[in-house]
Amino acid sequence: MPDLMNSLYNLRLLDGLARKETPVHRMHPLVKVLVTLIFLVFVISFDRYEVIRLMPFFLYPVIIFMLSDIPAIPFLKRIVIAMPFVIGIGILNPLFDKQTLVISGVAVSGGWVSFFSILIKSVLTIAAGILLIATTGMDKIAAALRMLKIPKIFVLQLLLTYRYISILIEEVARTVRAYSLRAPMQKGIQRSAWGSLVGQLLIRTYDRGQRVYQAMCLRGFTGEYNTGNYARLKTGDYVHLLCWTLFFVIAKIYNIPLLIESMLKGVIR
Amino acid sequence: MSHHKLEFKNVHFTYPDGNKAINDVSFCIRHGESVGIIGANGAGKSTLLMLMMGIVFACQGEILVGDIHVTKKTLPMIRQRLGMVFQNPDDQLFMTTVYDDVAFGPRNYKMDEEDVVKKVNYALEVVGISHLKDRAPFKLSGGEKRSVSIATVLSMQPDILIMDEPTSSLDPKSRRKVINLLKSFEHTKVITSHDLDMVYEVCNRVIVLKDGRIMSDGSAGEILTNGGLLEECGLEIPLSLKSCPRCGSTIGRVQE
Repeated sequence: MPDLMNSLYNLRLLDGLARKETPVHRMHPLVKVLVTLIFLVFVISFDRYEVIRLMPFFLYPVIIFMLSDIPAIPFLKRIVIAMPFVIGIGILNPLFDKQTLVISGVAVSGGWVSFFSILIKSVLTIAAGILLIATTGMDKIAAALRMLKIPKIFVLQLLLTYRYISILIEEVARTVRAYSLRAPMQKGIQRSAWGSLVGQLLIRTYDRGQRVYQAMCLRGFTGEYNTGNYARLKTGDYVHLLCWTLFFVIAKIYNIPLLIESMLKGVIR
Repeated sequence: MSHHKLEFKNVHFTYPDGNKAINDVSFCIRHGESVGIIGANGAGKSTLLMLMMGIVFACQGEILVGDIHVTKKTLPMIRQRLGMVFQNPDDQLFMTTVYDDVAFGPRNYKMDEEDVVKKVNYALEVVGISHLKDRAPFKLSGGEKRSVSIATVLSMQPDILIMDEPTSSLDPKSRRKVINLLKSFEHTKVITSHDLDMVYEVCNRVIVLKDGRIMSDGSAGEILTNGGLLEECGLEIPLSLKSCPRCGSTIGRVQE
């Protein structure tokens, strides 16, 4: 039960973080969405053995994280939560991929390299996603998606799902609390009660959702989620977009770690 | 001021499961009136409000807001004129900040953002919650949430305010605040409640419902002191109108 309420608070923590006032938060949502999308495309575009070349991409989440004044522990926790799934996907690579690669003169198993590549790509993409939500907020992301001409039905679906998750969690927490108070000796919920509990939950959440929807309709909601007008893009926004895109392109074309290595070697010589 | 009129003409409503919730109800609420709709649980109060707002439609009879019939076509116009405050503020507040929640209605009516700002600030000021503007609705207290949900409706500048149990689950101080707020509004008001003391203070007219029918319609003072009628409808005389168990005086009457 406390876990459920915790997850609700965690969910709301992101909403709370999105209201901070930092240079990153003040940036136009459209630019933040675009930079994140470009970042994701570039990170995913690397081959499964190109682990080293992914390293420069850590610069983006690290800089945004430092500028946006987001607490480290909740941020890292959220990345760690997704790791079991990622490990589940990649853990068989070392078994099936027997190829041997030579990196900087050291022979390594291709399977392990591709496994780490999946791991790093996941950390990068999840971090970028969390940073986007925590510095922008779902409403503004939705507004940005509408500016990108994403059909309103998809944007609305995204927004309402996000809103309804908290309604669902609240209902679950209440139901489970009522159950546990009348079943003090039990650990968890008895299997025989699962069916009726889930049924109840579905009906209650449906009812609640219906009421929220009615409240929206009564205030003139017709399917378009209006989040207000946004100011035009400022010079700073363009610079942000341009600089990061340029950096991603350079990191894609040139092997920056290799260049740094050869530069260092040159200096030493 | 006929456009502030709210009229029910022989309205019947039956739920799909066969439950006849409203049975031949007729009344007319005029501009500036404060009407309390009271009745036991299941008497049809909420259904009546839903009919007014066009959430459900009458099976028989007519509902008029001003001179306009409540139909699917006229809903956008009707809903701009009638502002409904839900019983549970959590159903009404779903945006991430109080400001966005209050702005939700005006934005849906495609007003200029400048106008939206004005309307939101006006509504927040009237309710006295300008300081909560940037807070998250789910972090507010019950009383604050109620005030915000009233503001979300006021920002649309409705002609008629419709409220479902505005004082339920509030502590005495918050309840008093809401009552004073309601008394200060010059809107036409329709309030359903079990809090008969509040109804006595805020409303000048009361409609009593029982099993979907109107049992009585008259001045608040008359109806709320009619013990027999209230008893029959599953209600009782408000505390403020009862005799004091110690001295025998009636507080409400003393005030009068």
